[in-house]
Amino acid sequence: MTTAVYIEHRAGSIKRASLEAITAARGIADRVVGLCIGTADTQTLRTYGVHEIVAIEHAMLTRYSSQAVAEAIAQYVRSAAVGALFLGATAQGKELGPRVAVLLETAYLPDCVALSKEADKLVAVRPLFAGKIRATVEPLTERVVVSLRPNMFTARPAETPTEPTQTTFSPELSQEHCRVVVTDVVRNEGKLDVLEADIVVSGGRGLKGPEHFALIEQLAAVLGGAVGASRAVVDAGWRPHSEQVGQTGKTVSPNLYLACGISGAVQHLAGMSSSKVIAAINKDKDAPIFKVADYGIVGDVFEVIPKLIEQVKQLKQSTAS
Amino acid sequence: MNILVCVSYVPDTAAKIGATPDGSALQLQGVKYILNPYDEFAIEEALLQREKHGGRVVALTVGDAAATEILRTALAMGADAAAIVTDTTLDSYGVAVQIAEYARAMNADLVLLGRQSIDHDSFQMASTVGALLGMPSISVVSKLDIEGTRVRAERDVEGGKEILEAELPIVISVQKGINNPRYPKLPDIMKAKSKPIETLQAQSVPARSRHIRYEVPQQKRANIILGDSDADIAEFVRLLHEEAKVI
Ligand SMILES: Cc1cc2nc3c(=O)[nH]c(=O)nc-3n(C[C@H](O)[C@H](O)[C@H](O)COP(=O)(O)OP(=O)(O)OC[C@H]3O[C@@H](n4cnc5c(N)ncnc54)[C@H](O)[C@@H]3O)c2cc1C
Ligand SMILES: Nc1ncnc2c1ncn2[C@@H]1O[C@H](COP(=O)(O)O)[C@@H](O)[C@H]1O
Repeated sequence: MTTAVYIEHRAGSIKRASLEAITAARGIADRVVGLCIGTADTQTLRTYGVHEIVAIEHAMLTRYSSQAVAEAIAQYVRSAAVGALFLGATAQGKELGPRVAVLLETAYLPDCVALSKEADKLVAVRPLFAGKIRATVEPLTERVVVSLRPNMFTARPAETPTEPTQTTFSPELSQEHCRVVVTDVVRNEGKLDVLEADIVVSGGRGLKGPEHFALIEQLAAVLGGAVGASRAVVDAGWRPHSEQVGQTGKTVSPNLYLACGISGAVQHLAGMSSSKVIAAINKDKDAPIFKVADYGIVGDVFEVIPKLIEQVKQLKQSTAS
Repeated sequence: MNILVCVSYVPDTAAKIGATPDGSALQLQGVKYILNPYDEFAIEEALLQREKHGGRVVALTVGDAAATEILRTALAMGADAAAIVTDTTLDSYGVAVQIAEYARAMNADLVLLGRQSIDHDSFQMASTVGALLGMPSISVVSKLDIEGTRVRAERDVEGGKEILEAELPIVISVQKGINNPRYPKLPDIMKAKSKPIETLQAQSVPARSRHIRYEVPQQKRANIILGDSDADIAEFVRLLHEEAKVI
C-alpha cells in the first residue's frame, strides 16, 4: 500500500510533525509519497526514506488557502493509487484533514496517538474525554485520512536513505477554491511556543503573582524550554492565553513537562498528560499533579526554583565542556 | 444575516468515565452533561454578529433528546430559534451532514461552532461542514470582523498568529478569548422556556469510522516524589538527566 504524507514546511524547512508522520507511514506502508506545496528540503525527505516527492504547483497556491490546498491534495490522491493520507495534527493539519476526507469521501481519523494493523487493516488509537479513555478506531472506507498528534510518534531517519523520484503535480484550481487565504502571519519572535518546544515549564497560582513568573521564565530559559501556564493564571491576566495548557488551552506532549505551583486539575491534565516525562514542584504533597508525575519535589517554588536553576546551569556547563 | 450556531451536549469535564471490562462500551452512568464550553463563545459571537448586521440566530444540536436543555440556554442567551436533530447513532461525519443540511435549508451566511467538542476533541466539525457546503472555513478563531461580505479573522497557530481573509458564506469555529459570553438573566430564562424548539429526524448516513475498543489508559509513571533539600534537588536534576534523559 502507498501512503501519502502531507509535508508541512516553512520556507523549505520541514516541520517535525511531518517527519513524525513520515516515520509512522514507513512503519505501515511499503511506499511513502511526500506531498509538498512547492519545494521542501529534498535532502531531509531522502534521509527519512521517502520513495517519491510530489511537488504540487499552481499559481493559486502562492498564498496559503486551506480550501485550495485541500482540493489540490484530494486531486492528487484521486489520481494516484494512494491508500492513506497522513498529516500532522498541527493547526494546518487539523483544518486540511477533515476537508480532504470529505472531498475523497473517506474516513477521517483525527489526532491519533498510535497506529497499528489489525487483520491487515489500519487502525488508530485516539484519546477521548480529555484522555480519560483511549479508543481504538477503524476506518470503514477503503481509503483513510489520518492526522497524528505531534510528539507522539518519534521522527527517525530511515536506516538507508532513498533516492526518491521527483514529480510535479498541477491541480486544477479556480477562484472558487480560494475563498479563504492567509494574508499575514505574526510570529511570536524570540519566544518558544508551548506547541513546538521539547520542554515546557508551566506556572500556576502557586507563583502568587505575575511578577514571580520571572522565575518560570528563567528556569525555562536554562532548560531551553517554553513557558506554559494554568488557566487560573491566564484568567487572572498574569499570562497570555497563548500559553495556557489544558482542555481549554493547548494540548502539549513535550519530552518534559514541568509543572510549578500547579495543582493538577483534570482540565489541566487534559492538556499535558501525554507528555513523555512529567515533573512537578508543589508545596502540597497531596496535590493531584503528583499522582501523574514521574518526578516530583514537595517544596516551595520560591525556594526550590532558584536552586534548581543553579543546578541546571552547572549541569549544562559540565556537559558542555 | 442568517446565522446558524451549532452546540453540542457533552459530559462535564470532571465526570468519571470508564469502559466495560471487555472494552466494548463506555461507562457513562451518572455522568452529568453540559453545554460544550467552547460553544458558549460560538453563541455569544452569533449574538454579537446579529447585533452588528441584523438577522436571525438559530441554535442547532444533533443528539439525544435530553440535549434540548442546551438549546434552552442558547435561547435564554438570545438566539431567535432552536432546532434539534434527534439521533444517537451517527459518527462525526454523519453529524456534519445533518448540520450542513440544516445550514443549506436555512440559507446560512455564517455557521458558527466551538473549536472542539470536549467529548471526542476532534476539531473537525468546522472543516467538515465547510467542505460539505462547498464553503470556506476557518478554525480556532480568536478574532472575527465582518464588513459586508468580507471576513477578516485571526487564529493561533504554532509560534504565532495567522491573519486570514475570506468571504461570506463561511463556517467559523471559535476559541476562548474571542468574546465574553453573557449570562442569561432570569426573565430571559423564563421567556426561553416558551420559545418553540423544532425537532427533526436525522437522515441516515452510513458511518465512515467506528470505535472498536475502549480502554482506560494505565499511567506508567515513575512517581518518585522527593523533598526540597539541596540533595533532593540534585537528585531531581540527576533523574531528569540520567534516567529520563530529557535535560
Ligand atoms: C470547563 C473548564 C475548562 C478548564 N480548562 C482549563 C485549562 O485548559 N487549563 C487549566 O490549567 N485549567 C483549566 N480549568 C481550571 C482548572 O479546573 C483549575 O481551576 C486550574 O487548572 C487551577 O490552576 P492552578 O493549578 O494554577 O491553581 P490552583 O488549583 O489554585 O493550584 C495552585 C497550586 O499551587 C500550590 N502552591 C501554592 N503556593 C505554592 C508555593 N509557594 N510553592 C509551591 N506550590 C505552591 C498549591 O499547593 C496548589 O496545588 C478548567 C476548568 C473548567 C471548569
Ligand atoms: N452533535 C453536535 N451537534 C451540534 N454541533 C456539534 C455537534 N458535535 C460537534 N458540534 C459542533 O462542532 C464543534 C467542534 O466539535 P468537534 O469537531 O467534534 O470537536 C463543537 O464545538 C460544536 O459547535
